[in-house]
Amino acid sequence: MDVNVDLTTIWAFIIAFAVFAYVVMDGFDLGIGILFPTFDVGPERDRAMNSIAPVWDGNETWLVLGGGGLFAAFPLAYAVILPATYPLIIAMLLGLVFRGVAFEYRWRDPGHRRYWDAAFTGGSLVAAMAQGMTLGALLQGIEVVDRSYAGSWFDWLTPYTLLTGLGTVAGYALLGATWLVWKLDGESQHHARKLGKRAAWATLVLMGGVSLYNVFLNAEYAERWLTAPEIYFAAPVPILTAIVAVMLLRALSVNRHSKPFWLSLALFFFGMAGLGVTMWPYVVPPGLTIWEAAAPERSQIFMLVGVAITMPLIIGYTAWAYWVFRGKVADEGYH
Amino acid sequence: MFEQLDALLLARIQFAFTVSFHFIFPAFSIGLASYLAVLEGLWLKTGKQLYLDLFKYWLKIFAIAFAMGVVSGIVMSYQFGTNWSVFSDIAGPVIGPLMAYEVLTAFFLEAGFLGVMLFGMNKVGKKLHFAATLMVAIGTFISAFWILSVNSWMQTPVGYEIGANGQYLPGDSWWDIVFNPSFPYRLVHTVIAAYLTTAFVVGGVGAWHLLKDRTNLHARKMFSMAMWMAAIVAPIQIFAGDLHGLNTLEHQPQKVMAMEGHFESHPDGAPLILFGIPNSEEKRVDYAIEIPKASSVILKHDPNAPLAGLDTIPDDEEPPVGIVFWSFRIMVGIGFAMLGIGVWSLLARFRKKLYDWPMLHRAALVMAPSGFVAVIAGWITTEVGRQPYVIYNLLRTADAASPLDAPAVAASLLAFVVVYFAVFGAGVWYILHLMHKPPHAGEYGVKRGDTGPIRTAGITPGPSQNPGDPDTLPRDHEEATDGR
Repeated sequence: MDVNVDLTTIWAFIIAFAVFAYVVMDGFDLGIGILFPTFDVGPERDRAMNSIAPVWDGNETWLVLGGGGLFAAFPLAYAVILPATYPLIIAMLLGLVFRGVAFEYRWRDPGHRRYWDAAFTGGSLVAAMAQGMTLGALLQGIEVVDRSYAGSWFDWLTPYTLLTGLGTVAGYALLGATWLVWKLDGESQHHARKLGKRAAWATLVLMGGVSLYNVFLNAEYAERWLTAPEIYFAAPVPILTAIVAVMLLRALSVNRHSKPFWLSLALFFFGMAGLGVTMWPYVVPPGLTIWEAAAPERSQIFMLVGVAITMPLIIGYTAWAYWVFRGKVADEGYH
Repeated sequence: MFEQLDALLLARIQFAFTVSFHFIFPAFSIGLASYLAVLEGLWLKTGKQLYLDLFKYWLKIFAIAFAMGVVSGIVMSYQFGTNWSVFSDIAGPVIGPLMAYEVLTAFFLEAGFLGVMLFGMNKVGKKLHFAATLMVAIGTFISAFWILSVNSWMQTPVGYEIGANGQYLPGDSWWDIVFNPSFPYRLVHTVIAAYLTTAFVVGGVGAWHLLKDRTNLHARKMFSMAMWMAAIVAPIQIFAGDLHGLNTLEHQPQKVMAMEGHFESHPDGAPLILFGIPNSEEKRVDYAIEIPKASSVILKHDPNAPLAGLDTIPDDEEPPVGIVFWSFRIMVGIGFAMLGIGVWSLLARFRKKLYDWPMLHRAALVMAPSGFVAVIAGWITTEVGRQPYVIYNLLRTADAASPLDAPAVAASLLAFVVVYFAVFGAGVWYILHLMHKPPHAGEYGVKRGDTGPIRTAGITPGPSQNPGDPDTLPRDHEEATDGR
């Protein structure tokens, strides 16, 4: 049992890492989709698209690892969360269908490009909103009876989940805008910087709102954040978040290229850390801990071997692919 | 009770619909990725521009097919949980890790190198680019390896224990689970099917352009390569399919009984029913055309060997005979038609009229989409033949579904149908337009942001933009200008 405790904890961190990698990497792709209507038709849109065309597929794969990893390491959580948030998951998947094909189709069919651009934006927006609302539905608690979802149809639709959904949309827009600040130059970069500032404020306000809501959402969350001795472990998270937020707003006000993006990543990192503090040790609050939902030790060990071998390689060649397409995006795209 | 049944049926239709749609794309991209690797390898080896042209021609098509495969695949990876949560909970400890391995060893590999493969030729140089193409091709194969291992385990489950909470847990050896009894046969049969599917698409496109211009060297090359594949691989596939059938007879006899339409046992030699109409209610095949004892010859290699029929199986464990019987015949019929094309092409080569035989080209054109039909028919045969179980002899499909109400599943099914037909219909349309263009010297690759050459793709330009459309309104006077 002792070994199992450690393995389960390791797996919780691996899944959290996959979710974080997905959120920040596909986050900037989806964010660009969300901001797309504000870009000029023509070179500005083309370059925004070109800046993510070679990497979006790899970014999206982290979502499959998050889902597949949850299925493998915490099958019971996978079997509870997905039916509980059924309409959100279906909406997200269909949104990702539209978003994903738009990358190819918009170049194939200039006559209907604006429709595929609209599909790109609509798909990105729906996917982001659905992901944020799914997170909210998880945090507010899912009713489980006999290893199965026992809530009703619309449990996932509350003011709280709408707030987490909007927060995610704003956060992705921030990532997308700061990515473009890095990858574009001239007027387009100036435009991205302006969008970044607005998105940063929206993200910070909504993040604050969600955090406050969390404290009132249930007594256990409040206790974790507001009473000693937990507060000593929890307090650094909001303090560091505030410092990063100030640095981010400053970086967007001066002529920096990559710094706003890295600070946005840090903001997301602390946001995730805050979620971790809030949820731990539950994978499905309020009743299902990571140990109760965990796969048996043999499954965990088998997969851990795979992760230990492949993850350094994956990170290596993913980094290489990003390196190949480094620098500002030119008008002609990649030939 | 009645409502529960409806929700179950809808969930099954939804899974069948989404998986069938999805399967079309990898069936094509597995073969096409390998074909692209071969073309690029030949270009590097020989330095002939022709191979590079063909590589770039098919790369544009690959990019669209791959994107459709990716987005329809993500749906699959979540649908186990959304619609089959009981199955996910019970079988997750065994098949979850195999799917996680698919993500770690295949999906990342494909996706990580795809960007370089599509857009990186001038950035990384020829050799590294070829390596990226190889990685994508290898990734598609590894993906097939793991997902077919999962599917095979559901057909022939071994190496598991049943836990106190009702879950199937892995036993001592993961090797037993991964290499379960039907897996090697299914893997070989399916991967070859993907290669044949691609070969017939490539051959069909080559034939189309030969019919228009038999001097087109690019069309000649792709047609010739595809016909070699047909001539060599189609017979191998028939042999592999036969072995797979024998393996199924050993491990899932009632599936073979349904495929053969054997409602009755035949103690001294079973006939091969070529055609007929299975009548499950009366438990007989109406209007059957039979070859006496031929089924025993094929399955037992002995004309007088006894073969048990569905009369030995309880009614509630019988798969739907009509569907399995017909889908099997469609698959086998197409397999032999492919063999016929392969043999015909050998004859044409021998007579030195491979590029001058319009009848052959027309036949190859008709056969172009046949691989997709065969692959889906084969998939239906094996999946419907496993019913009423989702994990053979362990877990019934009816017991595996999520606690969802019928209207929820009906709504999602409707959404999938509408979106898939619209989105993938458009994608197939774009692919057909690319195929319609003759391959030529100096073929361009996948270009971004430069619409000049693409506009000539034969796609009818859309109506001029509506001046009231927000997309066309000037914005902020900050418009980006070119050439900065």
